[in-house]
Amino acid sequence: MTVLRTQGLSKSFGGLEAVRDVDLSVPQGQVRALIGPNGAGKTTLVGLICGRIEPSRGTVSFLDQDVTRLPVHQRIRRGMGYTFQITSVLSNLSLRENVALAVRPREKSEDVVEGEVVSALTQVGLVHRIDQHAGDLSYGHQRLLEIAMGLGQRPKLLILDEPTQGLSEGEVAAFNSLIRRLAGETTVLLIEHNMDVVMAVADEITVLDFGAVLAEGTPDEIRKNAGVQAAYLGTG
Amino acid sequence: MSDLRKTLGLHVGLLLVLLALNWLLPAYHHGNLARIMVLASYAIGYNVLFGYTGLLSLGHAMFFAAGMYGMGLTVRHLGWSPAPAVLAGVGAGLVLSLVVGFLALRTTGVAFMIVTLMFAQAVFLTVLYFGEYTRGDEGFVIQQVDRILLGIDLTDPNNRYLAALLVFAICLLATFWLVRHRFGKTIIAIRENEDRTRMLGYDVFRHKLGAVVISGSISALAGATYGLLFGYAGATFASVQYSIFPLLWVLLGGAGTILGPFVGTLFMFYLIDLSSEITTAYMLIAGVTLVLLTLFAPQGLMGEVRARLFRWLP
Repeated sequence: MTVLRTQGLSKSFGGLEAVRDVDLSVPQGQVRALIGPNGAGKTTLVGLICGRIEPSRGTVSFLDQDVTRLPVHQRIRRGMGYTFQITSVLSNLSLRENVALAVRPREKSEDVVEGEVVSALTQVGLVHRIDQHAGDLSYGHQRLLEIAMGLGQRPKLLILDEPTQGLSEGEVAAFNSLIRRLAGETTVLLIEHNMDVVMAVADEITVLDFGAVLAEGTPDEIRKNAGVQAAYLGTG
Repeated sequence: MSDLRKTLGLHVGLLLVLLALNWLLPAYHHGNLARIMVLASYAIGYNVLFGYTGLLSLGHAMFFAAGMYGMGLTVRHLGWSPAPAVLAGVGAGLVLSLVVGFLALRTTGVAFMIVTLMFAQAVFLTVLYFGEYTRGDEGFVIQQVDRILLGIDLTDPNNRYLAALLVFAICLLATFWLVRHRFGKTIIAIRENEDRTRMLGYDVFRHKLGAVVISGSISALAGATYGLLFGYAGATFASVQYSIFPLLWVLLGGAGTILGPFVGTLFMFYLIDLSSEITTAYMLIAGVTLVLLTLFAPQGLMGEVRARLFRWLP
């Protein structure tokens, strides 16, 4: 089954076409990486997918339903999860409350919520800090909390916008194995600059350049693609 | 859940102390405290929106006045008895807050402040325009015979105090309950980061509208109670001054704390009361104190207590 499909998705800001005719199709359970040079339109594209930005043209289907006109919160309730590029955890609230807020829209019982909060925080290794304020965490830990919030949503599609930025090497390794564990049940759309992470976790890679899809394929194919090397990886 | 026990103990304890004070206070302070409790209920309503949802309204006097006139006009012109009249007041506040919220929430930040201010001004001018019924600035007295609720004469200081305490207790415990539950936790999340909350799957507009309606209805209950207990309704209560008061009380007492509105109202009331005994320039003393508090206790009195001493305070 295709979890996410975009057709002719485009967005212009004034004269600038930030995203141009993107056709994207992500099957169930896949880890899809979205890469491209700075300003290639990656964040705009995921903004269009989850509804933070309105498209100029094109459609977005999620779980075989057209969601192009749905507001953000309804797309999230249908099973999209989104973690921010710039950490935006709720700093004055505890880790528990941060993750609980992510769980509650799909779960009525507070006892179940509490159980899932503990489980999500355990998965990212922050459960011992459950009562601390999110703002007291280091930057790397705030990123992990973001991921825990994403997990707490139990999304069918998890969109991660540069999740490993600012993480230490050890944390990146832990992140990689977390994503591999998720793969299969959760579909993941990963925007990532760290090519080691991309090559390690992605099933398929979509390369974006100047707002359009430049190439698509397995990590090996992308590595060998001459156009990608020129545009992005460097020819050296 | 020892935190819950502590907080419940603290809030119920305060209500018990206020109850005991009914028989202990001298007449002057007894009367003051009754007034303070009703005004603090107004501040509690304001705090739901400002302190917990993070929306700064400059027009809450319209909700207070909606309650006061909803009660007062039905008593005066329709001969209603106090209980349905107070309900009419709350209903007026509810409907008004629903309409104003629906329109004003299309804006955010400074625009929201201006829009609420303008709506409140429109309500104030409406009160003046229908002077034939409202007697405008001069206002009207609600007669003693109209202030007997279920056989209880609310003009009696004792009854009046207890009625004020009852309304205050309802508002205090209702918000205490609110912020511990799902809706309350969501509006707090909206205050902290609206965009993030939306991205977690919450309908932010609906929650903000809910907060405006709860806030407006509590303010209207306070307005209706004030008119009924003190026997007067006048346009002053719809003026901009009465929109600024709850903001000051809540800021002083601690925005986003349950006890803050009461502490702030009590503090400001006696600050003005005591300084006006000393000098006619009492607003100067009040003003300087407010500036100092804002400088050195920016989170308000209860906010500082929470930050420094008791982090478990709701």
